[in-house]
Amino acid sequence: MDPLLVTCLDAIKLLVSGDEALWNIIGVSCRVSLTALSIAALPAVLLGFLLAMVRFPGRWVVITIFHALMAVPTVVVGLSLYLMLSRSGPFGDLHLLFTQPAMVIGQVLLCFPVLVCMSHSAFQSLDKRAWETARTLGASHGRSFIALVREAKFALLATLVVGFGRIISEVGCSMMVGGNIMSYTRNIPTAIALETSKGEFAQGVALGIVLLLLALVLNFFLASFRGRGQLVSS
Amino acid sequence: MKNWIFRALATLVVICALPLQAEESIVRLATTTSTYNSGLLDALLPSFEARHNLKVQVIAVGTGKALRMGEAGDVDLVMTHAPAAEQKFVDAGFGVEPTGLMYNDFVLIGPAADPAQIRGNQSAVDAMKKIADSNSLFISRGDDSGTHKKEKGLWKSAGVDHRFENYREVGQGMGKVLQMADELNAYTLTDRGTWLAYESRLQLQLLVEGDEGLFNPYQVILVNPSKHEGLNTEGARALRDWLISDEGQQQIDAFKINGKPLFKASAAR
Repeated sequence: MDPLLVTCLDAIKLLVSGDEALWNIIGVSCRVSLTALSIAALPAVLLGFLLAMVRFPGRWVVITIFHALMAVPTVVVGLSLYLMLSRSGPFGDLHLLFTQPAMVIGQVLLCFPVLVCMSHSAFQSLDKRAWETARTLGASHGRSFIALVREAKFALLATLVVGFGRIISEVGCSMMVGGNIMSYTRNIPTAIALETSKGEFAQGVALGIVLLLLALVLNFFLASFRGRGQLVSS
Repeated sequence: MKNWIFRALATLVVICALPLQAEESIVRLATTTSTYNSGLLDALLPSFEARHNLKVQVIAVGTGKALRMGEAGDVDLVMTHAPAAEQKFVDAGFGVEPTGLMYNDFVLIGPAADPAQIRGNQSAVDAMKKIADSNSLFISRGDDSGTHKKEKGLWKSAGVDHRFENYREVGQGMGKVLQMADELNAYTLTDRGTWLAYESRLQLQLLVEGDEGLFNPYQVILVNPSKHEGLNTEGARALRDWLISDEGQQQIDAFKINGKPLFKASAAR
């Protein structure tokens, strides 16, 4: 039989048989990335909202910088964070290097610009009068903000999915500040890198399948949600 | 005018195609990261290449993957240091003509404070036992490399379960593992070459060396030409023969890192 096919079959066997090491890796990945996303989401969306609503000098400079930050390679973020957290670095006393919190910090830094830029364009596409109407009807700032979030909910959901996609699949930063420690900081992408370097392709393919499925499920969820929304509004 | 442009283009195409002509003379060698990082091949290969008009492309991966590449016929020969795995590789018919090349050795390094009290221990196995018994932080390669296999063998000989609380498998290359051990003040097992290359940048110290159980033999094995087409077995054989020739063996012995010799040539001539 074809080696590729054999590898894929082995991979599926591994997944179905509930291989403990494999599911542990998947757990680490989801835990770290979801934590990072939930820390970054609210401040980033608020910032995107402010950038869309408030006119101030140098606003486009800030937006441009965030757009540029979206393209920063993950290893660069990883390296800067490594130097900060290293024993000889300014935050060495915290002993955070090669821990899950360090990975979370890295992923927050990585998804923040994406969330800011995409939520900014989400709010920008709204009618400016929505905000004014809410305010004149006597809603507080907070209430009005929530009203606008409701208006832009599909675009904001897409924002979260893209932000999550950026961090669940990144290998550079996790490898550098997490250290790929078995059953502690080993996540899906770093495990794939390791298994391929060992020549254990089945493990790598199995984890790849998990990432693909995750992406598909998220996007199906998003699409179905959006589809229902359109039915209601039309 | 058009004619001139056409000629220029034709010349360009010919120039671009020239390297394709020379494809016969490329030898692909899979070796381990620790061998490659020592700089030995950079020191040896130029004189071989000049003599035989061959270009050696070195692919540095873990031992496990190096042998897998040999199985798949992605390389012409392998240079590794994991006797048991190499034996399997040859027995299964993937490799032919295994040839001993040289030795180097492994060393145990750790923090200067030495919480497990292993400094100067003559027995590596005993030192490993002490590390496990005192539950000291130990960083393991965990990547199925030759070094990792060696470490697992030592735990086995020591008769301790290496999955103690402070045992960390990190699945990365030797250099990275040394940096991590340095950051975390941990013990680790390393090949001497990488240690010499990193020594000046680390606060860790060499604690155990010289035990015969830490010796590390290297072999070159040709990938079986009857298994795959398009292998450059001739070139691979030329490289192997040069490595075990008097000249190659002398160059191996003469190779030093920071003024310290690293490999001991051992080809049975």
